[in-house]
Amino acid sequence: MTQEVLVEAENLTKKFGSLVAVDGISFKIFKGESFGFLGPNGAGKTTTMKMIQAVSPLTKGKLTLAGLDVTEHGREIKGIVGVAPQEDTLDPDFTVFQNLIVYARYFDIPKEKAKTKADELLKFMQLNEKRDVVITALSGGMRRRLILARALMNEPQILILDEPTTGLDPQARHLIWTKIRNLQKNGVTVILTTHYMDEAAQLCDRIIIMDHGKIIVKGKPADMVKMHVGEEVLEVLYSEEAMSCLRQYFPDARFDVVGDKIQVFADKQRGVLAKVLEEAQFKGAVIRDSNLEDVFLKLAGRSLRD
Amino acid sequence: MNSVTSLFRVPKLSYRVWKVWMRNKDVFMKTYKTNFLPSLLEPVLYLLALGFGLGGFVEPIDGQPYIQFIAPALVAVSMMFSSFYECTFASFVRMYFQKTFDAIIATPVTIEEVITGEMLWGATKSLINSTIVLAVIIAFGVVPSPLLLLIPPLAFLVGLLFSAIAMCFTAIVPNIDTFNYPNFLFITPMFLLSGTFFPLTSMPEILQIVAQVFLPLTNAVTVTRGLALGSIELSVLFNLAWMLIVTPVFFVLAINLMKKRLIK
Repeated sequence: MTQEVLVEAENLTKKFGSLVAVDGISFKIFKGESFGFLGPNGAGKTTTMKMIQAVSPLTKGKLTLAGLDVTEHGREIKGIVGVAPQEDTLDPDFTVFQNLIVYARYFDIPKEKAKTKADELLKFMQLNEKRDVVITALSGGMRRRLILARALMNEPQILILDEPTTGLDPQARHLIWTKIRNLQKNGVTVILTTHYMDEAAQLCDRIIIMDHGKIIVKGKPADMVKMHVGEEVLEVLYSEEAMSCLRQYFPDARFDVVGDKIQVFADKQRGVLAKVLEEAQFKGAVIRDSNLEDVFLKLAGRSLRD
Repeated sequence: MNSVTSLFRVPKLSYRVWKVWMRNKDVFMKTYKTNFLPSLLEPVLYLLALGFGLGGFVEPIDGQPYIQFIAPALVAVSMMFSSFYECTFASFVRMYFQKTFDAIIATPVTIEEVITGEMLWGATKSLINSTIVLAVIIAFGVVPSPLLLLIPPLAFLVGLLFSAIAMCFTAIVPNIDTFNYPNFLFITPMFLLSGTFFPLTSMPEILQIVAQVFLPLTNAVTVTRGLALGSIELSVLFNLAWMLIVTPVFFVLAINLMKKRLIK
């Protein structure tokens, strides 16, 4: 991968009145990579996306895309960016095909070219059978796919996906993931937000975890898991005895009690936990690979945000 | 103070305003058959009920039979209704429920251009609907003047004025039901008191002044009637000039208010 910087933010800040939605964050996104913004609701992910797509003005800081400053070159930037917003902004007054054609017109794409491109994208998104159907007749998954197709009409260099699979069933999610990976292979730089950790692990080369408008950690998903929670987690059914016994085995570990389970983040080499389990018989004990969700909950805490 | 001047900042616009206009035109063309009938039937009903029915009991006004008096006013009323409703209820639905504006501003079209395109479409609706009404009143045997050819361009101007006023309301209402206020406090009084169904001069002088200055349908009716009857008096030119001054003010205000609402 060439390390050409495509998006660069310095001290990026957004305030709504007294609320600081994005609090002086800095990051670089390289050409061709897939970059994820994770965080609980209200962390500032969507606000950051809106600034990157040159829709929401910055309160402070500097933000450039392909060398263009968002504050001065909004129009040019919108021309090279494709956006699949979180909200359904499809036009219910039009059919599937017309949605793409009308959208292409805003980009000055000539009509014949738009028609060819629209049919190509409907095929790519497996929507060609729905070409002349009105939007209201589509399922949630189809609508998401159409929103993604629409974001590709202008052949964007940068694709912004704000929670691309929220609320979809597993089949629809996997289909969208496959399509996104296809686009990555073709060199499209993807910026996405999600609060599904498996989605981030599946799709992103690098991620940022945000909370309260700040970046709390950034890096590659696998490194992040290793660094913050270790490779494996031991889960044991909760009891006083189990707890004190575990403390003896793992004096340095972090213990999390979730419901009726104790989670042990011991940060040991792979296999160490299994040995302990052979010695001590814990009730309901399971060893599993740790994942981004563990990192996320460790760093952002378990309290509800909404 | 700064925030007040920012409401009158003249926006930068490009040819892209027409892309927004075309979006609305495309939707309109899909349903024009259902759009067409009400605009045709409504003036027919008014002409029958008021022109022929009520008109039989009314003395001629300035030497005109009553139907001749109200027919041009009905054309002006259709300009107001079609543009005002387009840029209140219809624009609000596109903005709030359909998120159409959000989708468009993610493309190289700016929010200023979206709002301008919406208002130009409102003006176009005024032109279309009032031309239909014009055809109806001609079919009813009203109107001989060749100046009537100037009514469609006038309809665009009047439509732009009412679209701009409407868009200012759209920018500030919290929800769609709130449109009942401008509807009952502004549009309905105007419909009745703007020299539409009786001459303005039969009202107290203070109301005449209020109507001239604050009820723009008065200006629209005066000019339309002048063109329809082929009598261009000084008052017609004065009313036209007033609309030419007020329209750009509301136009710019509407854009800035909408920008304030939508760009966070």
